[in-house]
Formats: sequence, structure tokens, C-alpha cells
Amino acid sequence: MNWETVIGLEVHLQLATRSKLFSGAATAFGAAPNTQACAIDLALPGTLPVLNRAAMEMAIRFGLAVHAEINPVSVFERKNYFYPDLPKGYQTTQLARPIVGPGHLDIELTDGGSKRVRIHHAHLEEDAGKSLHEDFHGLSGIDLNRAGTPLIEIVTEPDLASAEEAVAFAKKLHAIVTALGISDGDMSQGSMRFDVNISVRRPGEPLGTRTETKNLNSFRFMERAIYKEVTRQIDVLEGGGRVIQETRLYDGDTDSARAMRSKEEANDYRYFPCPDLLPLQVDAELIERLRATQPELPEARRARFVTDYDGLSDYDAGQLAGDTATAHYFEAAARAAGDAKLAANWVMGEIAARLNSAELGIGQCPVSPEQLGGLLRRIVDRTLSNAIARQVFEELWRGAAADADSVIEAQGLRQVSDSGAIAAMVDAVIDANAQQVAAYRAAPEAKRPKMLGFFVGQVMKASGGKADPRQVNELVAARLAEDA
Amino acid sequence: MHDLTLAEMCDGLARRAFSSIELTRHLLARIAAANPRYNAFITVDEAGALARAETADARLAAGDAPALCGVPIAHKDIFCTRGLRTSCGSRMLDNFIAPYDATVVERLAAAGAVTLGKTNMDEFAMGSSNETSYYGPVKNPWAPDCVPGGSSGGSAAAVAARLAPGATATDTGGSIRQPAALCGITGLKPTYGRVSRWGMIAFASSLDQAGPMARSAEDAALLLQAMAGFDPRDSTCLDRPVPDYRAALDQPLAGLRIGLPAEYFGAGLNPGTARAVRDALAEFERQGARLVDIRLPHSDLAVPAYYVIAPAEASANLSRFDGVRYGHRCANPRDLRDLFMRTRAEGFGAEVKRRILVGTYCLSAGYYDAYYHKAQQVRRLIRQDFLDAFAQVDLILGPTCPNPAFAFGAKGGDPVAMYLEDIYTIAANLAGLPALSVPCGLVDGKPVGLQIIGNYFDEARMLAAAHGFQRATDWHRRQPEALAEAGA
Repeated sequence: MNWETVIGLEVHLQLATRSKLFSGAATAFGAAPNTQACAIDLALPGTLPVLNRAAMEMAIRFGLAVHAEINPVSVFERKNYFYPDLPKGYQTTQLARPIVGPGHLDIELTDGGSKRVRIHHAHLEEDAGKSLHEDFHGLSGIDLNRAGTPLIEIVTEPDLASAEEAVAFAKKLHAIVTALGISDGDMSQGSMRFDVNISVRRPGEPLGTRTETKNLNSFRFMERAIYKEVTRQIDVLEGGGRVIQETRLYDGDTDSARAMRSKEEANDYRYFPCPDLLPLQVDAELIERLRATQPELPEARRARFVTDYDGLSDYDAGQLAGDTATAHYFEAAARAAGDAKLAANWVMGEIAARLNSAELGIGQCPVSPEQLGGLLRRIVDRTLSNAIARQVFEELWRGAAADADSVIEAQGLRQVSDSGAIAAMVDAVIDANAQQVAAYRAAPEAKRPKMLGFFVGQVMKASGGKADPRQVNELVAARLAEDA
Repeated sequence: MHDLTLAEMCDGLARRAFSSIELTRHLLARIAAANPRYNAFITVDEAGALARAETADARLAAGDAPALCGVPIAHKDIFCTRGLRTSCGSRMLDNFIAPYDATVVERLAAAGAVTLGKTNMDEFAMGSSNETSYYGPVKNPWAPDCVPGGSSGGSAAAVAARLAPGATATDTGGSIRQPAALCGITGLKPTYGRVSRWGMIAFASSLDQAGPMARSAEDAALLLQAMAGFDPRDSTCLDRPVPDYRAALDQPLAGLRIGLPAEYFGAGLNPGTARAVRDALAEFERQGARLVDIRLPHSDLAVPAYYVIAPAEASANLSRFDGVRYGHRCANPRDLRDLFMRTRAEGFGAEVKRRILVGTYCLSAGYYDAYYHKAQQVRRLIRQDFLDAFAQVDLILGPTCPNPAFAFGAKGGDPVAMYLEDIYTIAANLAGLPALSVPCGLVDGKPVGLQIIGNYFDEARMLAAAHGFQRATDWHRRQPEALAEAGA
């Protein structure tokens, strides 16, 4: 008998504001511990919060991107619990009245279809600090740099039916928030973290008991954690047991999960409206201003790529438009090259492969899109063959030259398209390979094109790769034909 | 010199009749002599005060002196002062030195005031008698066996005993007005949002408001002028122009419609207090004000609603005192739980613990609707009572508290009896309205306070009414007999 999987996500997204949600302290990652925490973040007595407008606007931009209602009045509440990295003894968050109401996001399924995933709401909240348990000889260290960093928590309805769907949703979400510029999306630094609520049931039956696996910070871990938890729950149920509602932790290094606390041990957070902050009012004018200045989202960009760039397939457009940095890179390279299809092939081919093996993001690509475009222009105007272009690319990647033209000049790589010079090389090759020439001429017509490759290769070799291959082809074929 | 009012000190300094150094030294000497008797100050900043007085004298000499230049004042120890301990009357903050000034402190310093020190108070402003202070109770200068009121008892006693001409204070449920009444001085709680709460240690954020204590309405007006105004660091502070309070003092009382809520003159009101308040009302009538009987029908719900909302907010506000970053930390904690529990068990006194427990309970799952939510509904009803009343009258007058100062320990065993001392003051906090107390008589040699409640941001009218009363009466000039004899 088969099982149905039911998954809902809670996504914590760190907003790319310069300062914190309620204080002026910087949010930059990686500073020395406790150097980016001001009196407000340390919760010194007498300090008060003031809302960061930029964070509010980012939350609204997110809401608009997922077709959500923006609540004209939302309320910050205090979530009370004691923990050493929670300086105030409460987290300021939103509960009953979040800034972003119900919305939805459509994902593409592997069978080519699509699915609408409903978003329950998204709310603004502050992050806590970090407790550091290493290197303190039995003591714990507290780093409050992250305390007060603005987050939005995005909560979906339980509309996802598999790990693949959950990952597709997560990737789509990642593409949207980076396109909006509201988050750097850097999952390795915790900018996007997922809590996954999972249950299984027999088709047609009511929802099963769910567990929550917290703090997954990569798509791969999320996929593995869901797979493992679904398998575990099915094993439990098929073994005659029952699933306990609990919070679980997944360890990506060992690909294993364990229970953290059960529902019975859960805190009573005693939420109540924060009296230091007035209800947050968002007027229609602000919403319209933000709507009018929304950045282009991946779906719209994909459609534009198909229309704007000749020869670009829908698949190519999807590949290039999904990630905003890649899309910007591609567009700049295409502009400089004057050939979008060629630029697309290089960005998805050579560039993607090299970045992948060097473990770099497109943002760190040593070859700028202008440099790549300059190189591709020399393929388009037939100054370079593809093979020589790769050599030139290598120089650019190494940082050995400012642009393709200076490599071509310095190394004399200009493609030979002087037909006299090529004809001389063709003659020399034919003279030096009488046996192969005889075999070619004796061969039936069907076999000849393949045999032609030998002569072309010899000529290219003789030219040091610089001869225009199309011209070589034509001349070799003509010479072999005329003496026959 | 200490008998001069704050306004008279300003004049004397401006005329160079005396210097700020002379005035400051004089008051510091009085504090040194009298504080062991009253316990009004937790911290006296002699060196800081003299340095600021010297600067003030230089500015006075140079002719660019701001309004309060060189006038010594005291700050309630709830306001953070950079470099000077801010204890909030608690063992928890006995070692706490803030790296910033409260906005109130900053503004008064900018106006030229000289800080003498920090005054005693009920722990975290929770109390009506000053008996909950970690630093011991303050004595009422009028009756040394009686409480000065609370929580701003130190500021009230310091002003009443002529140790400072004015002091800052805070009022969450009556903590300015009740001690002002019990110590025979003038105290004003402004409209919620009129004065910034930045740097003022929170008790109940939606109710807390800072205000001045002084010997007269005129002096209170001078202090409020410096304290009031928008502060972007406090999201609940309102951006509205600050009127010239002193210039408005001479508005006549004629034609003023004064509401007398029946609920403030009922059972539980001390007959002597009632008589003194009635006499004061007659003076307002004599000056041409019209007395109107009104109702504030939900008055009896104010104390219960307050004792849900204030502890609920306090329970969260005081969570930051956990021994991790500053303040008291217990010795040798075994683990995290032990650190939190023992730090807070040792650092907080009994009344603070009681209110944290009450507040935590009110917010707990299953109780929130019955307590916190219900109290918020009551709060709206009380506010509506006042809005209805202010449709008919300009000001509301009545007693500040039901009884004059009571003896130490008199209500120690019964927190509810103590809470009922705030029965007339709490409603203004719940509604966010401004209210002040002026002395209006004596019962058994102890002062009685007249409360004036105004509409939102109507402090100028309230001060003018109080000033009109004080021009015709001398209650605000009376001083304790012991003081009059010793102070000659």
C-alpha cells in the first residue's frame, strides 16, 4: 500500500538591510564577536526599538512578488523565553497580525506540469545571537552580532507532496528573493534557513501527526532530511507504532536526524503586543510605489529572454533567467558579443563548468561579461576559431590579459582567412599524402566526407589552428575533387 | 538660598546674584547633612555637580546661558546617566553604569541644569511607599515615621526637604502624583508620548511617563519645557510642537469648566482629605471657574485592569535582567538554569517578584483572554469615559490619593490595600492623559494633594490652573515645621 507525503515549510530569510531591524548596528557577516551589537542589541536597560523602514519595505516587496495581501496594519509582539543569546528575554516578532497575508507561488514539476503552493503568511522578526560552545574550555561564548538582524519568516500551507517539490519550491523562492534584492540568499551563511513540517498518510485519510525538522541550510540537506524523515515515519507506522509530534534536528555531515524536544516540552511563549512599538501602518501609496519599482522576477525575465534574444530556446532562457546574477552576466555578455545564442552557450557551458570546478559563484567569475563578450565578438567576426577562442579564454581566466584582442595581438592568434595562404597549405598536405589521396579518390561517395576530415585536420595542424576551418573544408574538398 | 524656588534660582543666577558653584555647594552641603535622615538620594555626584556648575557659571558669564543654566536638580535613579550608576532601586543594578544618558537627562543638561545626584525609589518603580527600595525606605520630611509615597519618593522628599528645587520622576500608576501629594509638592505626569522614554528603565512601557517634580506649577512648567519634545529614539514619543508652558501660566481661570467625578469623592476617601479638596474647589469657583458634576463610570475597574497590564508588561521588560551581560550575577552558577534562577532570586526584591509572577500568569496560555485581553478592553472603556467627560469639561479635579501619608509598615502585609492608594491616579495612565498634583491642605500636619487631570496634550492649561490656584493660596509654600526651624 502506498503513502502520501504532506510537507509544509517555514523559511527564515535574512533581509539584506545595512542595519538591524530595531537598531542602527551593522548587519555585515563575519565581524569579530560582539563588535556589531549596540546598546539596543545588548538590551541595556532604558533602550528602545525603532523599526528599520528598509526591512519593512523588503517584506512588502516579498509579499507583492508572491501575490499576497499586504496588511494595512500589522502588530509586533513579544515572544518570551530565556536564553543567553536572546538579550531582551523575548524575541520581537509578529503573530496574530503579520505584515504579509496569504499568497502563492507556482512551481514547475519534473513531469512538465506546474503546481500552486499557497503561502499562509510572512512576518517580520528579529534574529537571536549565537551561542558558541567550542574553544571556551567548558564555558559557552555569546556572540550578539546577529542579535536583531531582520528576518522574514515565510510560512507555506502543507501543499508540498515530496522532497523534490519542496526543493523546487525552495529554489524558486531563492530565485525570487535574490531577484528582488531583499536577501543575499547565501545559504552557507544562514541567510536562508528551512524548517520542514512533515507527515504521511494513506491516500484519502486525514492528516497524520507531523514532525518539524529545523534549521536546514542547503537544498541538498533539505532533500535528504525530508527523504529520511518520510522513510522513518513510514517505517514507524508500518511497524505498528505511531509518530510523535516533535522537533527534530538533521545533521548534514552524518546524514542523520534525532529528536530535540516533544510537544509536551514546548515553551509557553506568552506572546503579547510589544508596547514599545506602535502598530505598523502601511498605506496604499507606499504599496503602489513599491509595486511600481519591483525588480524583474525570474518568470518575467525568462519570457523576455525568449522574445528579446534570437535563437534562445525556452529551456536556455529558463536556465539563464532563474538566477539574477547569472541573468545579468548573460545579458552583459550578449550585449558585448552581439550574439545572444553564442553568449548563452558559453555562459551555460564553459563559464558554468569552470565556475563549478573552481567552486565559485558567478559573482566571483574572473572573466567579466564584457571580457567574455569581447572574446565572442572575435568568434562572430571569424577572427578566432572556437579552439583558439578557448586558448584566449584561458588567458582571460588566468587574469593574464585585459581583453581578448590584446591576447590575439600579443600571441598572433588571428585566424588565417587569406585563401591564397590556405590554398598553399592545402596543396602541401595533398602533396605529402599521396596514398591517402588515392584512397579517397577510390572510395565510394558515401565514405568520402568522413575521409575528408583527415586532410582538414592536417591543414589545421599546419596552420597552428589559425586557419578558418570552413575555408579549409571548402578548399580541401575542391582540390580533391578537381584532380579526380 | 535653598528656600528659593527654581524660577527664583534661575533669576538669581541670571542676575549673577549668586553663582551656580555657590548654589550647588550649598545644596550639596544640605544633602550631606540631611540625607542620612531622609535617605532621599541613592547616589550623590559631588564632583560631577561642581564641574557642571563651573561650566554653567562660565556660560552665564559669557551671556549665552540656556533656560536652566546653573540650576541644580536631582534625577530619579530610573533615568540612565552616562558614567554615573543607575540602580533603579534594585540590587540587580547596584553595579550598573550606563554608557548613555536618558533623553530627559540629556535635555535637562542641554538646558544647563546641574545634576546633584540620583534619587531613591521603589525597586523598578514598583511601589507606592518607597519601602521596596534595595537602598532602604525614604522618610517623609513632614512626618519621619511616615512614607513619602512612591515610587518617586526620593525625588519628592528631596524637593520637599529643600535638597533640590526640582527633580525628575516617572509615573506608571501615580508614581509622580502620589508622592508629590504626600510630600506637599507639585508633580506633573505629562500626556503619554509627550516626553521621551529613551534611557528611562521600563516598568510598564505603555503606561510609563517621565515628568517633573518641583515646589510650584511655575517651576514644574520650567522643567517640563526642557524635558518635553519629540525623540526619534522612542517610537511612542509624539512629534507635536511644545507650547511655551511658562508663558501660558497666567491664563485666567474664569470660564474654565471643571468636572468633579462622583467616583472620586465616594467611600474610602479620608474626610480630612475630602474637606481640603472641597476648599480648593471653592477657590477655583471664586476665580470664576464653573464646577460640573460628571461620571467616570468605569473608575472602579482601573486598579484591577492596571494590576494585570502593568505586571504583564513588566514580566517581559524585566526578563533582560538575567545575569548574562550586566547587573547582578549569582556566584558560581552550576548551569544555565541555575544562573538565571539564582541571579533573579537574589537580584529582585519581593514586590518585583510578585509582579513578575502576576504578569507571567496573566499572559500564560489559557489565561491571556481572561486577564490581559479583558484588561485591554477595560482600558478602552476607561479612555472612553474620559473622552466623554472632556466633551463637557476642560479639566477634571479631585483628590490625588484617598489618604495622607501613612506609617511605615502600615500596608506591608496587604499588597491590595497598598494598590488601592493609587485608586485615583491609575486611570490617567491607562488613558494616557496628563495629570498633576498640587498641595491643597494639611490633615494632621500632613499634606493633601489636589489632582488636576487634563485632556491630551493640555499640560499648559493644567499648569495655568495650578498656577492660578497657587497665586491665591500658600499651601505650596508651606514646609515641614522641623525643616522651618532647622533651616533658618
